Amino acid sequence: MEIKVLGPGCKKCQQTEAVVKEAVTESGVQASVGHVTDAMEIASYGVFGTPAVVVNGEVKSVGKIPKKEEVLSWIRAAS
Amino acid sequence: MTEPCCPTGGGAQGNVMILACSGGSNVGQLSNQAAVELTVEGFGKMFCLAGIGGHLSGFVQSAKDIPAMVAIDGCQVGCAKAILEHAQVPLKAYVVLTDLGIEKNKNFTLERGTLEKVKAAVREACKDLPTDAPSGSICCG
Repeated sequence: MEIKVLGPGCKKCQQTEAVVKEAVTESGVQASVGHVTDAMEIASYGVFGTPAVVVNGEVKSVGKIPKKEEVLSWIRAAS
Repeated sequence: MTEPCCPTGGGAQGNVMILACSGGSNVGQLSNQAAVELTVEGFGKMFCLAGIGGHLSGFVQSAKDIPAMVAIDGCQVGCAKAILEHAQVPLKAYVVLTDLGIEKNKNFTLERGTLEKVKAAVREACKDLPTDAPSGSICCG
């Protein structure tokens, strides 16, 4: 599974990445967690704001720090 | 590397996602031009309704997650509204130009006075929207 956090590297983006990593660890699922900071690459996902979370190419969350339970539900649905 | 986030709050100004039907009539193009001008004026940010219509996840999820959003339809056919319903995006504010007394036709020479009427109606429709939305295209919410 491939998870990406989209964001310029701000505090909320870092918090989002931490939540995602925590959820991945808790789920026990094998997943890579990347952080996309390049503005052009972020724009290619068509998101209105950041932080955004992408799971296996599908945007799941935009403009907010997701709750760990939300991320766990995305991971479970994709695995 | 930590970069500063864009400012949030301080009113709905600048934070509103604007979705225009942009259809093939005067009212469709009035909706589009109003969205363009409101964006240029800093009221909100025009966003791609076609991306939502295409069910592209980034566009759909953005429209679902943004606290402040307005859809502008030219006429009662309601294409923008239908696109949002089809993508399961709830309407937050909504304006239909023919409801403002603007007659639908194929005259694409848009009148300044009519445009200002549309922009005022959009601003009015957005006055009760939440104010805590991100205010930039790559800004943190």
